[in-house]
Amino acid sequence: MGTTASQLRKDLLSEYQELTFLTKREIILAHKRFSELLSKEDRNVPTPRVPMEKVLSLPELKSNPFRKRISHVFSTSDMKDGSLTFEDFLDLLSAFSDSATLEIKSHYAFRIFDFDDDGTLDGGDLEKLVNCLTGETDDTRLTTEEMRQLISNILEESDIDKDGTVNLSEFQHVISRSPDFVSSFKIVL
Amino acid sequence: RAKEKERKKERDRKRRRNVARRASSARKEGKELEDRPGREERRGRKKRDKEGKGKGGEDERQEEVKNDTVAKTLKNFSNENTRKLEQKEIEVVGEEDGDTEEKRKNGRSEKGGKREDNGRGETVEKKQKKKRVETSAEHESSEEEEDEEEKVGEEKPEVLSPEELEKLKEEVDERKKLISTLRGKPWPMRKKLLTLRESHEFVEKYEGALGKGKSRKLYAYKVMMLKKWMKFQRDFENFKTACVPWEMKIKEIESHFGSSVASYFIFLRWMYGINMILFGLTFGLVMVPEALMGRPYGSMPRKTVPRADEANAMDFAVLWDFGGYAQYSVLFYGYYNSQRAIGWLKFRMPLSYFLVGVGTVAYSYMVVIRTMARNANEDGGGDNNSFNFSWKMFTSWDYLIGNPETADNKFASITTSFKEAILEEQESRKDDNIHLTRFLRVLANFLVLCCLAGSGYLIYFVVRRSQKFALEGLESHSWWERNEVNMVMSLLGMFCPMLFDVISALENYHPRIALQWQLGRIFALFLGNLYTFIIALMDEINLKREEEEVLKLNMTIWEASLYNGTLGVNSTAPPITVHPADIPRGPCWETMVGQEFVRLIVSDTMTTYITLLIGDFLRAVLVRFLNYCWCWDLEAGFPSYSEFDVSGNVLGLIFNQGMIWMGAFYAPCLPALNVLRLHVSMYLQCWAVMCCNVPQERVFKASGSNNFYMAMLLVILFLSTLPAIYTIVTIPPSFDCGPFSGKSRMFDVIQETLESDFPAWFGKVFSYASNPGLVLPFLLLMVLAIYYLQSTSKSYKQANLELKKKLQTQNEENKKKTKMAALKAAMDLEEAQKAWSEAPRQQRNNNASQQSYTGEKNTVTGHLVSSFVFVWYLKI
Repeated sequence: MGTTASQLRKDLLSEYQELTFLTKREIILAHKRFSELLSKEDRNVPTPRVPMEKVLSLPELKSNPFRKRISHVFSTSDMKDGSLTFEDFLDLLSAFSDSATLEIKSHYAFRIFDFDDDGTLDGGDLEKLVNCLTGETDDTRLTTEEMRQLISNILEESDIDKDGTVNLSEFQHVISRSPDFVSSFKIVL
Repeated sequence: RAKEKERKKERDRKRRRNVARRASSARKEGKELEDRPGREERRGRKKRDKEGKGKGGEDERQEEVKNDTVAKTLKNFSNENTRKLEQKEIEVVGEEDGDTEEKRKNGRSEKGGKREDNGRGETVEKKQKKKRVETSAEHESSEEEEDEEEKVGEEKPEVLSPEELEKLKEEVDERKKLISTLRGKPWPMRKKLLTLRESHEFVEKYEGALGKGKSRKLYAYKVMMLKKWMKFQRDFENFKTACVPWEMKIKEIESHFGSSVASYFIFLRWMYGINMILFGLTFGLVMVPEALMGRPYGSMPRKTVPRADEANAMDFAVLWDFGGYAQYSVLFYGYYNSQRAIGWLKFRMPLSYFLVGVGTVAYSYMVVIRTMARNANEDGGGDNNSFNFSWKMFTSWDYLIGNPETADNKFASITTSFKEAILEEQESRKDDNIHLTRFLRVLANFLVLCCLAGSGYLIYFVVRRSQKFALEGLESHSWWERNEVNMVMSLLGMFCPMLFDVISALENYHPRIALQWQLGRIFALFLGNLYTFIIALMDEINLKREEEEVLKLNMTIWEASLYNGTLGVNSTAPPITVHPADIPRGPCWETMVGQEFVRLIVSDTMTTYITLLIGDFLRAVLVRFLNYCWCWDLEAGFPSYSEFDVSGNVLGLIFNQGMIWMGAFYAPCLPALNVLRLHVSMYLQCWAVMCCNVPQERVFKASGSNNFYMAMLLVILFLSTLPAIYTIVTIPPSFDCGPFSGKSRMFDVIQETLESDFPAWFGKVFSYASNPGLVLPFLLLMVLAIYYLQSTSKSYKQANLELKKKLQTQNEENKKKTKMAALKAAMDLEEAQKAWSEAPRQQRNNNASQQSYTGEKNTVTGHLVSSFVFVWYLKI
């Protein structure tokens, strides 16, 4: 992959097709877009990484409130800086693609919403989530009382085992019944 | 010696048990593997981070937070060990899915495995280890012996006992399954790649070994074919997605405006597909055969422009009205000949015409109902309130939004929806002035009703007036007077919705409810207009039929006079040939109906395009360029840019389709026209949306409304086939035009075919089958079947509810159990802490029990959830 920036090896391409929910065309497009993000000196490195800022500047992610989380979740970087290799990028696109299963989508959604990476959605995670959803400006932000009410309502609904947090299987249970999760949890290049 | 024998026996037994367990664990493995990698990978990353800190408690990613504290302390111990093991882990990167504790347990056998690198290869070894890892948590007591067992099993070289062969086969199958499900696993790509390659290697290596001699070759061949087939399937899949038209265009819009605007375009594309098929049917089975094999133009009166119109039959104005040459062509009903079979193919033209008409409607019904059923399946039906807040929270963001403006709107709408939901939850809204609101609502509905009645009367009035004009002759009237009906209908369709919008401001409804009212009113308006139009048309049909009666009488007089004139001179003269253009002919009401519909479609299309150009494009241009020299901010202030009106556009599309269904029987060219219209619409609207519309202020979800639109389409389909069927069944066809001329009813063509083209017994059977004595019981049976299905679905619903209750109680029990187990684990932990320094092994056990316990709990919850979902699907 690293040898020529604009060309994908054929066997790799077919392997990627087998491992992701993307079509050949989409993978090639993704590779093109990824190569555009790379700086010149990076292209000669065997597995180049794109730093998080550049990933977030993609128009598809630019206005997404969860963009930093998405980048972190899909990054395999040792430094936890949210930088992506091409394979991470493909993982991202695959999970957000049209044909990805509900299961994989909900898995990644859970990890995106799990802000402190502790494996459950607790009160703090939910609060951050609400703040992400309501935007940064003050006039759209909820008051503390509203926030408290909202979070307690959510926990009441989806915390099935009543341990004060939402775990993955509870989350998947809630999500799987939602009519429009699959259609809206999508990113296309 | 005896002891040794016994031990051997025991070993054998255990191995057998092992095999059985492996088979069962193979099933479990898939599930467990999915849970683990996330945890694993995370831990791998964090471990390195926190190495220096010494306090790696939080880094454990457990599904159960209940035991968080326990887990934390346990981790403290294990972390030191895991660090030591890290190097080993890197060696076996491909197999890193075993938990580190388990890995440690298997450390010994791993080394052993490397030593005995006999013919069976390392992959098998690793594989088996992996599986053992699965089971080790549950059977850790027998761990030691098992390790040895495995080694013994491994050391046996090439000789494959049937048992082992079976085992190997199972493994190969499992690997294959793994390969096919790999894309559904939330692992990082590197790991997936490694697993894939390894599995491929494994499968390739051992697949051949499974068969013997000839069967081995056969097997290899089969495998090769399977591979080719897979590749073909994948290519075909790629090809299929490449064939879907406008995919990229729609995705572009989707990423700018969110899924609701895109849903309109997807709907448009779907309509286009349906119309393509309708067009194929009418074009291939009706229009082309008649044009190629039927009698040519000018051979008979119905295929010739009458003498009076010949002078201006080619004028553009006449053609634009679908008169002149357009009227006497395959585009309309009247042109078709009633000859039973045409051309050298003996193509049964009238029959084909009739069947295509019926098939068009039947196909549309089928497609719409099937799509509705599929949508309902996806929706999952009722039970909408149980996760109201959670859905708002977890699924309200539309990840497709890539436009900052849309994103801002979305933020605002999400906030309001949160606030509304909280408010509703806190108290059912108190209305201080309920009487005023009530009065206003009644007033609004009254106004809307007035509008509807007014528009209905206007249309009726205009249609009657146009009939008067038509009787006087169209030439003496202006353009407006000739096109009054269509123009008035289009204008009403354009302005009434705006009026409704203003009126609905009075009502002060919740926006979603307001939208539904608005849609319902527009629907009623369109429907009322359409039906007034049809009723007026019916009047006209009756007029034409009276005219026809008069003409028939005149016709005989005319013929008699013709013959009388010739008879006087010479009785043996050849029969006189009159040019077909000169023969008097009936008014042919079918063609008239077809023409009306075609005109309606054309004018409707024109108004849509013109509104698009003026209302959207011109407005956007003005706003953009006048903004530099205007007193207030045009972009943010009053005119601003227009929004894309999804519901209005969808309604327009639906009604357009209704007109197609209604008129297609009398004007076979309608589907073709519609295909053209939709094609242009697609490009024009895509362009207009991208260049001059702003995202909606209130971003609605697409999925909820999908079936709503479909239901409307179904209603329209039913309502539009009703008048068509009524005319076909009750009104006798014209005597001198169309494929059914000379018959008393249009459906007589079926009878005729049965009598002349099928053997006699078939007709007899058919007549028996169609007699009321058989049909009525059949209908009764259908009603009973519907009743039965209804009641079963009800009982499923009940069962579903009960299961839900059960799930809840189970959960409560589970909770209690969890508490108990946590207590116990805490006690164990204390012991472990005491014994840590002298006996590291005990701690390991604790860990394992912890693991097995969490695993159990996980599966219990998972099982409950999955069973619940399963029942849900059953119900549907």
